[in-house]
Amino acid sequence: MNRAKPLELDSLDRAIINALQGGFPISAHPYADVAKDLGLEEQDLIDRLRRLLDDGALSRFGPMYHAERLGGGLTLAAMKLPDEAFERVNAIVNGFEEVAHNYARDHELNMWFVLATETPERIAEVINEIETATGHTVYNMPKSHEFYVGLRLEL
Amino acid sequence: MSASNAIDEFDRAIIRATQAGLPLTHAPYETVGQEVGLTQQEVMARMARMLDDGIIRRIGAVPNHYALGFLGNGMTVWDVDDEAAQDLGVVIGNLDFVSHAYLRPRHRPHWPYNLFAMAHGRDRSEVASKAEIIRTLLGEHCRSGEILYSTRILKKTGLRLVG
Repeated sequence: MNRAKPLELDSLDRAIINALQGGFPISAHPYADVAKDLGLEEQDLIDRLRRLLDDGALSRFGPMYHAERLGGGLTLAAMKLPDEAFERVNAIVNGFEEVAHNYARDHELNMWFVLATETPERIAEVINEIETATGHTVYNMPKSHEFYVGLRLEL
Repeated sequence: MSASNAIDEFDRAIIRATQAGLPLTHAPYETVGQEVGLTQQEVMARMARMLDDGIIRRIGAVPNHYALGFLGNGMTVWDVDDEAAQDLGVVIGNLDFVSHAYLRPRHRPHWPYNLFAMAHGRDRSEVASKAEIIRTLLGEHCRSGEILYSTRILKKTGLRLVG
C-alpha cells in the first residue's frame, strides 16, 4: 500500500516462499534439509532468506505462536470516528502497547485494531480505558470461531 | 482455551527468543539453546511439543502481501444465517485467496456482519471479483456483505506474546 511497485523476485525466490510457508523442520540442520529439497546449498538458502526478510518480501520467518493458547487475550476492535477526531484518537489508541496492529478502513467503522494482552481479562480493561480516554465507543469483535485456512499465496 | 499452565519458564524463554524469528544459522535450534541455556535437543523437543499442542501454529515464512504485489487486500464481511455460518465458513476458509476466516459477534444496528474473510488480490478489482465468488457460495444464507479496504496502516508492531 505504501510501496509503489512490487519487489522483483526470481523463480528461486518464489520457489523458496512457496515451499516455506509451513512445515519447516525441527532438526539439527533444518536449512540444509530444506536446501537439499530445493536443490540449493544451505548457505544460498540462508542468504536468500536473509535478503527476502531485509527487502520486506517476508515479514517474518520462524515459529508462529498461538496467542490464546499461551494464556493471553486477543481481539479485533473497531471504532466509528468523525474525521476531525480521527488523528487525536489514533494517537491515543496507538499509545496503548496492547494495540498490535491498527488500520484505517473505508467504512463508517473507520478504525480497526488488534488487541493482544497478557491475560484474557485485560482485553475488557483496555477497551474501557480506550473509551474513557477517547470518549468514543469501541466495538469489540472477538472471534467466536476460527476456520482453518491452508497455507498458500502461490507466487 | 488456555494452555498457559502447559508451558514453563524454559518454554517462555524459547518463545521470547524466537517470536521475532528463527536464527538464520547452520544450527538454529542450537543457537536458540545457547541464548536460553538449553541444549539443542531440549529446544527441539520443546518446540516439537508446542507444535503438537498447537501452541506453535506452524514454522515457516510469513509473506508480506503488499511487498509482493498483492495491493488489493480487502476484509470481506457477511451477514450469514447463524445456523449455516459454521458450514459456510469452512467452505470460504478453503478458498485459496482467503488468508483468514472467522465468525465474530454482530453489533446491530451499526454492524450486522458475523462472517469475516480476508481476501487478497493484485488490485481492488481482483478482490471485488473474489468477493463475488464468496457471495455466490454463501447464496441464500447471506443477507448482505461489504468489502472494507484498508486505506492506511496506522500501527504495525506485531504481537509480542511474552514480555
